[in-house]
Amino acid sequence: MTTQTRHTIVALVQDHPGVLHRAVSLFRRRGYNIESLAVGPSEVAGASRMTIVVEAKDAEQVVRQFNRLIEVLMVRDVTNQSAVERETALMKIDARTGDVADVIALAHAAGARVVDVSGGVVVVEVTDAPARIETFIETMRPLGIRELMRTGRLAMTRGAPSPPAAAPTPRHAGATTRQGGTLAHEAALEPLPFRYQADGATELDQA
Amino acid sequence: MSPDRLTTPAAPTAYAAAPDHAAHAERSGAQIICESLIRHGVDVLFGIPGGAIMPFYHALWEYRDRLHHVLCRHEQGAGHAAEGYARASGKVGVCVATSGPGATNLVTPIADAWMDSTPLVVITGQVSSVVLGTDAFQETDITGITVPITKHNYLVQQVDELADVFREAFHIASTGRPGPVLVDVTKDAQTARTVPRWDRPLALSGYTFEETTTDAALLAAVQLISSAKKPLIMAGNGVIQSGATAELLALAERTGIPVITTLHGLGAFPQDHPLSIGMAGMHGWVHVNRAIQECDVLFNVGGRFDDRVTGKVSTFAPHAKIIHLDIDPAEIGKVVKVEVPLVGDARQVLSALLNQLPQGDAAHWLGEIRTLQDRHQHRQAYLRRPDTSMLMPHDVYAALNNAFRERGNYRVVTDVGQHQMWAAQLIDWHKPRTHITSGGAGTMGFAVPAAMGAAFACPDETIWAIAGDGGFQMTNQELATIEQEGLKNVKIAIVNNGYLGMVRQWQELFENRRYSGTPLSGPCFAALAEAYRVRAWTVEQVADVEGAIDAAWDHNGPAVIDFRVEREVNVFPMVPAGKSIGDMMLAAEDPG
Repeated sequence: MTTQTRHTIVALVQDHPGVLHRAVSLFRRRGYNIESLAVGPSEVAGASRMTIVVEAKDAEQVVRQFNRLIEVLMVRDVTNQSAVERETALMKIDARTGDVADVIALAHAAGARVVDVSGGVVVVEVTDAPARIETFIETMRPLGIRELMRTGRLAMTRGAPSPPAAAPTPRHAGATTRQGGTLAHEAALEPLPFRYQADGATELDQA
Repeated sequence: MSPDRLTTPAAPTAYAAAPDHAAHAERSGAQIICESLIRHGVDVLFGIPGGAIMPFYHALWEYRDRLHHVLCRHEQGAGHAAEGYARASGKVGVCVATSGPGATNLVTPIADAWMDSTPLVVITGQVSSVVLGTDAFQETDITGITVPITKHNYLVQQVDELADVFREAFHIASTGRPGPVLVDVTKDAQTARTVPRWDRPLALSGYTFEETTTDAALLAAVQLISSAKKPLIMAGNGVIQSGATAELLALAERTGIPVITTLHGLGAFPQDHPLSIGMAGMHGWVHVNRAIQECDVLFNVGGRFDDRVTGKVSTFAPHAKIIHLDIDPAEIGKVVKVEVPLVGDARQVLSALLNQLPQGDAAHWLGEIRTLQDRHQHRQAYLRRPDTSMLMPHDVYAALNNAFRERGNYRVVTDVGQHQMWAAQLIDWHKPRTHITSGGAGTMGFAVPAAMGAAFACPDETIWAIAGDGGFQMTNQELATIEQEGLKNVKIAIVNNGYLGMVRQWQELFENRRYSGTPLSGPCFAALAEAYRVRAWTVEQVADVEGAIDAAWDHNGPAVIDFRVEREVNVFPMVPAGKSIGDMMLAAEDPG
């Protein structure tokens, strides 16, 4: 048995209803738990970029099936690439029993921002690398975290997106976007790295 | 068909006039769907109406001279009929159902089409957009349900989207690796009116080919094939889907490489060709599976290394470097380690390879395989039939095979189980699309409705459905449809052994004959067929087999033959599930 490892997968998808369902369904099918998921508009009109963090045994096959979805423009497993990873956390810190000034000082010392003070709680915002977010949460925990929210991880690979290249070949002449945009940014998209060796093929033996 | 029972009602007055076909005329969503079908070359569709799809059926009446609707008796039958039509013709099959149970009854054929890469456009009605999500009567989230088993699906709530969606649906279903596309249309989108635009460009920027078959990959394949001592070509469904049989034949003849097929590859290569050596897999021939285990290069053209082909993966083709040609990059390396991936259309890639491959032959290697074949296949008493007065399945297949050879112009549609494997083994397959079966999904109940669909695709050919008594009883209500449609070219052979035979075989071999849930009684199938006004024969004697097949074939109408065969006959050879394909169970009569 191959053990599950954490994968960070970044995808550019058409901004259609149901596209998120199709994507996560591929992980659900395998029983993989999605640890975090962040989706929002991208630099391409009509396209959203999602970052999915998932514990998976065989992310490669899922990524290729992901790529096969009709509304997916690009998908990459960036786990082993050098990438900037960021996450934002919001938390409500109990300030009724403690000193509000202490909470604020501690937050500032950790590079967090205090965004609201009302109703006996302080709302603190921190944006940082995921590991540092963890550390910050542990730092604040003794003060009493009443509520915690995290955006999920964003991962952006370092350096130029990819060597300039032609836009992906349309499957047939005349294919274009409904939005009328050119998806010129596709030129900067790297196709899915193509590997063709299945790891742990013996796991299929019991089928 | 008896015209008196099918009196055509008067056209509804409100829609009595043919629709205005002027390009800029306003149309209802339902009319736009009908015209979309016509524009994509559809002339027959299989379905059952119901509340949420009624506006479509209302419009369909106006196009009835160009769109023939086949009223099925269950939506599963409609779905399999569309599959049979698609598999026999190579065109997109179309089926239609209402929301809720109508749509969910299509789930099995959609899954079947997904597994076997069959191009379908599935149309379902949906409750009005105003009540969507309120658990309205017959509301089911069919797009949600079918996400994992469709190539793509759509929920259409706006009439303006319909023309675009149908163009996309047909494009997606029929290009690349074919598959089912479902279009769920709310009732209000069917009744709303608009001026359709037929010429907008497709909005499928995410649907692109990955052109990975580079010259370098082709060169690597050529080098590997040229240097092989014991090469094998494995032909799968992709050869048939891409229409690459001529290219495959040319490549095999040029290189002298023996050709084996998968279950879905039957017919991709003529079985009487000197280089044809037969079917591989769980019930493939011993010599074929051993050839896989001994070959040094395995060139898989359009197959996906299903577990029924590979057996235990870690022991599959241990000495082989594998070249895998598939149109779907997600298939490469999914199951086995691939030395040279060729992603692309089988026909195009084989053509490109053909020009680069030197003339060759593998006579010595072929000779080795033939020796094995002689020992294990040709000399098997099991295949010659045991010396018994009982009616054996072999008698049925031998007679059918003779009839096919003598009469020609036929297609065979099989169901799932023992009879399916016997058909694959005991009938000689020569032409593509003559063998149609449910492979990946293994859907019992496939044969009768799929044969019905194939009969529409090939009106001048005789379509033989072969089914077990278990599978036949899952969809036999479509006999009513066959009779209503007057499908004279559908002939059904039931290989009736009173068991769910393949499960019983496993129970006999691996579960100490504990026949749990497998003994199966049925009605008198001939009487059942006659009740549907379908001519039928019951055959219990060896001597009557040939006569019944001839009579059914010559009968000017659909026909059913109930072959009551010896109950406990097994399919051999066999690779037990999870075992190596080099480790086959042989029939008792096989010398081993």
